[in-house]
Amino acid sequence: MLDLKMPVWGTWLMALGFIAFIALLVLYIRRHKGMSRSLFASPYTLWMIIFTVLPIILIAYYAFTDANGKFTFDNFVTFWDSNHTMNKQLIEMGFDPAEMGGGRGTVNLDTLVYSLWMAFLCTLICLLLGYPAAAIMADRQFKLGATLVVLFIIPMWMNFILRTIAWMTLLEDNGLINKLLIWLGFERVQLMYNSNAVQLGMVYNFLPFMVFPIYNALAKQDVKLFEASMDLGANRWLTFWKVTFPLSLPGVVSGITMVFMPAVTTFFIPRMLGGGNTEMFGDLIERTFLTANNWNLGSALSLIMMVLILLSLGLLRKVDPDGEGGSML
Amino acid sequence: MEEQRLITLENISKEFDGNTVLDNINLYIRKNEFLTLLGPSGCGKTTTLRIIGGFETADTGKVIFDGKEINDVPPYKRRVNTVFQKYALFPHLNVRDNIAFGLKIKKMPKQEINKRVDKMLDLVNLSGYGKRSVDSLSGGQQQRIAIARALVNEPEVLLLDEPLGALDLKLRKEMQLELKSMQQRLGITFIYVTHDQEEALTMSDTIVVMHGGHIQQIGTPKTIYDEPKNAFVANFIGESNIFKGTMVRDELVEFCGQQFVCVDSGFGENAPVDVVVRPEDVMLVGEDIGQVTGVIRSVLFKGVHYEMMIDTGNCVWKVHSTTMQPEGSRVGLNVVPFNIHIMHPMKEA
Repeated sequence: MLDLKMPVWGTWLMALGFIAFIALLVLYIRRHKGMSRSLFASPYTLWMIIFTVLPIILIAYYAFTDANGKFTFDNFVTFWDSNHTMNKQLIEMGFDPAEMGGGRGTVNLDTLVYSLWMAFLCTLICLLLGYPAAAIMADRQFKLGATLVVLFIIPMWMNFILRTIAWMTLLEDNGLINKLLIWLGFERVQLMYNSNAVQLGMVYNFLPFMVFPIYNALAKQDVKLFEASMDLGANRWLTFWKVTFPLSLPGVVSGITMVFMPAVTTFFIPRMLGGGNTEMFGDLIERTFLTANNWNLGSALSLIMMVLILLSLGLLRKVDPDGEGGSML
Repeated sequence: MEEQRLITLENISKEFDGNTVLDNINLYIRKNEFLTLLGPSGCGKTTTLRIIGGFETADTGKVIFDGKEINDVPPYKRRVNTVFQKYALFPHLNVRDNIAFGLKIKKMPKQEINKRVDKMLDLVNLSGYGKRSVDSLSGGQQQRIAIARALVNEPEVLLLDEPLGALDLKLRKEMQLELKSMQQRLGITFIYVTHDQEEALTMSDTIVVMHGGHIQQIGTPKTIYDEPKNAFVANFIGESNIFKGTMVRDELVEFCGQQFVCVDSGFGENAPVDVVVRPEDVMLVGEDIGQVTGVIRSVLFKGVHYEMMIDTGNCVWKVHSTTMQPEGSRVGLNVVPFNIHIMHPMKEA
């Protein structure tokens, strides 16, 4: 039998080796003072290469190849026309796809448009709810501001899947809300499995990402500026529009970025609260990879998503060059 | 005289969290006057200014502007403008838009705004800076923008809260003269807050010396300097020797174990008093002809003069002189009666 246990002296050897390695590293850093910065950065560089750069290269590779590893644009054509593969096979078999009723399939594109629309709505609602909340929290005369901040942070300590499932127990046909309604003598209401439920879940999950950047931007504003504005004849309302709001814009831009990005790529929430009636792009990608087992199409979809996100990031970067406000999260 | 009073503060008191910041302040400000509120930090001068500006409300008392009580009038409805301590320029607006802020709020026609802003930029010697961002300007330039932003609204009163505090000495002196000449040219009432006594003496028509929430003395710079009402004012305005003394009778005072002839009277006989002698008013003479004699303990070179500490046994005198005497030598000190200033002793220690 092969003994897999390491002999004791092996452990000692490893420890010695480790110590020697640290000693050599320290010596090396002390010799090359100028080198130390890049040397210290090397673990992170390695990390980035393994977990970020390589996967992206892999995604690009899969997106531009077919199942046999041959270069192709088919995956992107399939994004545009989900029936593309099927129609191609029909033509090969000598049929006319048009005759068989096999026109362009718009499932993929529709899902993307739906995701963008839902994300846009979610961002808008978060902004409309989040700005006043942030303003109240940042108000120095409001004594409970700090408490409110904590109340916003605490739910974020919980996993978002748990938070979403918590909503299910509230919204279900036999959930708390419906039980309450029936107890009060109302009809049962179908609350789940529609876009509204999904939107509710998204707003609930992403609202803090809107509130905190805006709160940061508002809280650091100098009171003297409001006084200066009032001194120059602006009442509270004008002061808000001419001074407070423009100065909080970097926070607003950060908030929009931080809500829109995850909202567009949302998965799980639509599946739980929308019950499959409302598939979003994140779910589509997941399903393409894991259920349809089509890594090539899934990669292409991911790549399209990535490009869209990069584009919107670049757009926002123009409005908010310092990217401040998001520092708290 | 009565209609000349533009602003009157009547029995103003203010507390912050139980601390009395202003205690029964009474003060009036005349039209076209350059009035300075002077005092150490925490004396209540900024609070007084903020009450006039409308940023604080007095707990008790009345603020009267042009005959009308304005206690509850919000800042944006008051005919005053403020130059803030650290300027409080709007960082998201360029120089021109900062200055135009007040006029735009008033919905003035664009051409009129442009005309006025250009005039203001000219006045503060910053024409051509309109498109610059305020962050790119130096402290002195920002300071002038802050003044322009306030003045462009043609306020009746300009409030200035230590506007020169952040500038270096040379720039500060230049700006002092510039501000004073601006005030005279434009005929606007200036209420100026500072802790710098020299600044106050240079610019003001009237100085209000404040300490501990009380007004210590109101007067012209000359009165304040020459006839300080109490030891605090004497100490705060310029340098001085303050001795505990006794008024023997009218025009004769005893301090430092010596009797001096003075010009003050009306304190009663054998009354305790504070005696102020300015260091520059003490003459160094030969040992044999001095009213008192003492030993020079230290000599400091101060540029214009030497500052010497002279020990006369029971007192130490600070003396300014342009001629130096070596340390340790014995000298005589003379003070003419006119330069001995007698005050009632301060109530507090």
